[in-house]
Amino acid sequence: MSAPRPSPLNSEGHDYRVEQIIGRLLQLGVLAAALVVLIGGVMLLIHSGSDVAAFQTFRGESAALRSVTAIIGSAFHGDSRGIVQLGLLLLIATPVARVALTLGAFVIQRDRLYIFTTSIVLVLLLYGLIWGRA
Amino acid sequence: MTISLLALLLAIGSFGAGLLGALTGLGGGLVIVPMMTLLFHIDLRYAIGASLVSVIATSSGAAAAYVREGFTNVRIGIFLEVATTVGALVGAALAGFISTNALAVLFGLVLLYTAYRSFSAPDEHSTDLPPDPLAVRLRLNSTYPTAGGMRPYSVQGVKSGFSLMFIAGVLSALLGIGSGIVKVLAMDRRMKLPFKVSTTTSNFMIGVTAAASAGVYLHRGYIEPALAFPVMLGVLSGALLGARILAGARTLWLRRLFTTVVVVLAFEMLYKGLRGGL
Repeated sequence: MSAPRPSPLNSEGHDYRVEQIIGRLLQLGVLAAALVVLIGGVMLLIHSGSDVAAFQTFRGESAALRSVTAIIGSAFHGDSRGIVQLGLLLLIATPVARVALTLGAFVIQRDRLYIFTTSIVLVLLLYGLIWGRA
Repeated sequence: MTISLLALLLAIGSFGAGLLGALTGLGGGLVIVPMMTLLFHIDLRYAIGASLVSVIATSSGAAAAYVREGFTNVRIGIFLEVATTVGALVGAALAGFISTNALAVLFGLVLLYTAYRSFSAPDEHSTDLPPDPLAVRLRLNSTYPTAGGMRPYSVQGVKSGFSLMFIAGVLSALLGIGSGIVKVLAMDRRMKLPFKVSTTTSNFMIGVTAAASAGVYLHRGYIEPALAFPVMLGVLSGALLGARILAGARTLWLRRLFTTVVVVLAFEMLYKGLRGGL
């Protein structure tokens, strides 16, 4: 990539430092999530790796692994499936955090139109994640 | 088959999908669901759950690099995300009412379309046309880095791009894919953005779109840890390695290989869906 490095602030007052922070946050979120999923996955294989896999028919995950609070609860009880699920929850939360940070950047820029637009996206994401209804 | 063996095979398959997806620029999410359902006979809903999770991982992993290059147009991304997240929630709601066979047929058609698009060259268009008045009002016009410094571009077809994004969101939720192909189509062909801007902004949006429906599917029990963990780790490591090997340079035979895989899977999905075998 031979493109010149963008100046810290471009003509629209676009703050590249904010975008750098966002980029770093995404990387960290994915890494943390992958680490938690890996730990939970290894525990899961040790615990029930020799069980017969039966996923041909859909039964749905148990209630303990479906909601945000239940997942956190079972992960802290040391349940391997709960730990994997916590890692996946972290992963799903990463883009949500990105939208939240973008909202913060627009608030600093006092960009009303985009504070409004970004808020809509954030509310829709939280709605899906917390209430789980569509 | 034991859970350990299934996890190992899924991890290997997902690694390959992530690697090829990154090398060809087509994304690995597209082949995860067909692999899980056709090869391992896993229920479509579990497959969609695992695939969506892997889509978030690769999109967020790659976005970190893109954002720092200054190509991503954050305003366009956020504006279009309104359409994709609404689409994703609508798609997740519809998923409960559509038979798995109908979804398999839809999946087959999307795969065929992707294979067809993978060989058509990016649209050569001027980025200096007078902008859509709506783009001016929404302040979507911006600049992007080129060898000769920052270059301004204007945005066309805001309404039709926005509508296509809604469809991209619905497809993403229904099929567990990133629908990057529809997103790039909307931004490249309709909104006439510079190619680099549409691909990076599309990647920026894929994770957010997938997160909207993944949240809903988590509550519905589609996300099974024993399946999601090998798929997520496999795709992510494959995609990261792929990005490291070949930054941008896409060899033709790899594209041919991947497209062939996509076409075979497309016919298999169509056949299973029409025969009622999924």
